[in-house]
Amino acid sequence: MIKVTVKLFATLRHNRFKVAEREYSAAPTILAVAEELGILREELALTMVNGVLVSVEHVLQDGDTLSIFPPVGGG
Amino acid sequence: MASLSEFLSSRLEGDLISWQAQLEAASRFKLTIGQIEEEILNAGFLPARYQRNRKTISAAEQLTLFRSRVVVIGCGGLGGYILEELARLGVGQLVAVDNDVFEEHNLNRQLLATISTLGRFKAEVAAERIASINPSVEIVPVKEAFTGENGERLLAGSQVVVDALDTIGARLLLSSVCGKLAIPLVHGAICGWFGQVSTQFPGEDTLGKLYLRCTEDRGMEKIYGNPSFTPAAVASLQTAEVCKILLGRGSLLRERVLCINLLAMEVDELQL
Repeated sequence: MIKVTVKLFATLRHNRFKVAEREYSAAPTILAVAEELGILREELALTMVNGVLVSVEHVLQDGDTLSIFPPVGGG
Repeated sequence: MASLSEFLSSRLEGDLISWQAQLEAASRFKLTIGQIEEEILNAGFLPARYQRNRKTISAAEQLTLFRSRVVVIGCGGLGGYILEELARLGVGQLVAVDNDVFEEHNLNRQLLATISTLGRFKAEVAAERIASINPSVEIVPVKEAFTGENGERLLAGSQVVVDALDTIGARLLLSSVCGKLAIPLVHGAICGWFGQVSTQFPGEDTLGKLYLRCTEDRGMEKIYGNPSFTPAAVASLQTAEVCKILLGRGSLLRERVLCINLLAMEVDELQL
């Protein structure tokens, strides 16, 4: 099993969580994790793995921490 | 007749010059309030309005602020507070850019939106507000949207530009014009309980990274809107960044973004 820590920020926490341990039978992409959580692609403004900016196609490894930030653009 | 410096010396209270004396000097010597302010600061005195700044901002720094020019793009939720704070701080030249007029849905959060300003241009209302707070400040209201055509003209001669816009496309355009003109940009954006602040210097591309994947012109605020306190909080952080850039002090949010969560009362810092 692949264990990943998922941290959600700002609006993405609504009806979800702040931080959670997730388990996957095979190494998932960020996009797959987001889909499972009901997060739309347009909500993935910044995706960071272990503090480094990566693409949504990035494949997560066991022990990774994924942080997801939505787009914030109001003034 | 006494010279201006003799007049000012005669009206000193400690090292302070009162507003009344500043007004009298302007009238007697046929100079603008701003010219008198510069003279006071040059002489090492302080207009009395700044007396509570002095342990934070020295008289010499107050003169630096007075000689600075800052352009604020957007006079809505963020821009209204930023202009107010920059004027009270004593930044001598401000340019307020917005082609919008106040509407009823601005009343929940925009400092300059009142019943009596509904339907009026935001940039004009900002200029009136600043004139009523600090007439030493030269404020130029621009009732135009920031575009590729007018961008360089609007930003020319400024030391700092403030991003108080509300669309992602315009923010990225502003970022690119600031890069071209080599002017630091202080970015702020809000959405519901949440906000972000960053400072981008020439050669850096923080905004490009922040909005790399955004195909739409608006973020999640299109769903969540904005309450009264989020623009005030983020605008104040932006103003502090502007002040530090102008004075060359402190640590700036360069290549990092503060993500502010007022619901959880958490601040996260991202390195970009």
